[in-house]
Amino acid sequence: MISEDKNHHLKRKNKSSTQLIEMAEVKLLGVGGSSYSRRVEWALKIKGVKYEFTEEDLQSKSPLLLESNPVHKKIPVLIHNCKAICESMVILEYIDETFEGPSILPQDPYERAIARFWAKFLDGKCLEAVGKALWSKFGEEEEKSKQEAYEVLKIVDNELKDKKFIGGDNIGFVDVAANYIPFWLEIVEEATGVVLVTSEKFPHLCAWRDEYLNCSEVKENLPDRDTMLGFFKAKVLAATVAK
Amino acid sequence: MGEENKVTLHGMWLSPYVKRVELALKVKGIPFEYIEEDLSNKSPLLLKYNPIHKKVPVLVHNEEPVNESLVILEYIDETWKNGPRLLPEDPYERSKVRFWAAYIQQVMECMLKIFTAEDQEKACEEFYEKLDVLEDGMKKMFPWGSPKIEVGNIGLLDILILVAFGACKAQEEVFGVKFLDPQKAPLIHSWVNTLLELAVLKETVPPRDKVVSFLRAFKERSASAQAQ
Repeated sequence: MISEDKNHHLKRKNKSSTQLIEMAEVKLLGVGGSSYSRRVEWALKIKGVKYEFTEEDLQSKSPLLLESNPVHKKIPVLIHNCKAICESMVILEYIDETFEGPSILPQDPYERAIARFWAKFLDGKCLEAVGKALWSKFGEEEEKSKQEAYEVLKIVDNELKDKKFIGGDNIGFVDVAANYIPFWLEIVEEATGVVLVTSEKFPHLCAWRDEYLNCSEVKENLPDRDTMLGFFKAKVLAATVAK
Repeated sequence: MGEENKVTLHGMWLSPYVKRVELALKVKGIPFEYIEEDLSNKSPLLLKYNPIHKKVPVLVHNEEPVNESLVILEYIDETWKNGPRLLPEDPYERSKVRFWAAYIQQVMECMLKIFTAEDQEKACEEFYEKLDVLEDGMKKMFPWGSPKIEVGNIGLLDILILVAFGACKAQEEVFGVKFLDPQKAPLIHSWVNTLLELAVLKETVPPRDKVVSFLRAFKERSASAQAQ
């Protein structure tokens, strides 16, 4: 179990003043409502790394953001000792390799390969299929996209059969990559009226979701649900009008 | 130790993703058995090793499969630590390599759109925009002019760049698009040509006429599929 005493990690780090300065130099440019941004926050929490968070206004991006991520101009961006790291999954690997504390990825090369494979699947094919299905009322082929979403969700459900988390006993790389599913998915379901996840269809996924939302790194670091619901309802309205 | 390390690569001769793995294994001097897959009739082994995507490449190491080319490359780098490292030691430098690896993926997807899209002009526009960004990014990464390429020091980005652009002359012949113009992308152009001169890399490049005839057939199939 990830140490419940987060302060224990901080105390260890406080032993060296260089490490203190290093930690003070961790900045995160993000958006509280973004699952990509929260991935980085939860990874930093797993490691017990203190950071300064700046909420970006995506309609009016800061010069620092544009300078730090000139290629994509997107959040999240991690700035460590004045160096910018972009792309949430790249940032996760950077965090794991740079800071001491519990491992986010496994140690063994083969297990790391399996974790990276799953993270890619969840961040890629899975998220795409789920997103398409959730918004399918405004797109084409509602039934077809729902079927595709059920297929990928079943794969995840099967993977969780004998596990508390995809990473095993503790939340890790893959769980953090999959963070959209335990929190955001359900809110979008409510906003769009498209329900994909039920405990009948995906019992292990639902059990995982409950464990996930109860993790100390996550529980105290979630965006406000009502605000998120309002955001997605507005998107639904805009999509309805456009249609 | 040699007997324990049975390595098999399931691939398709023209797949750039398979080429990446082939190159990494060659560069590291790792002996392996290559199995050519017929993608229209996938082997039971392939389906067993990659049930989710059913794709190549699949690297099988001591009967354990690894899927997804970039995942395989990192696995190779972390498992065979002798010889040149594919990724740098420093975490920040590694993050840059991973960032650009993901971007090169986007560039390759643009190229695929040019091969298959109805609106080739729009697809080309997108491709050249991304190529500009890549060229710029590589200039910043190698401010002294170009990456230092040595036989003993070939890295992940070398492999990805070679695979992305190594066949561009054959592609130009079939699709009539100049993918790599030395005026527009001088650093990448010179980089690819330098890499192509290295024997260990050159030998993995399939013969040009074979590539051209495959691409011509592919083009015809795409065109008739669109006409329907």
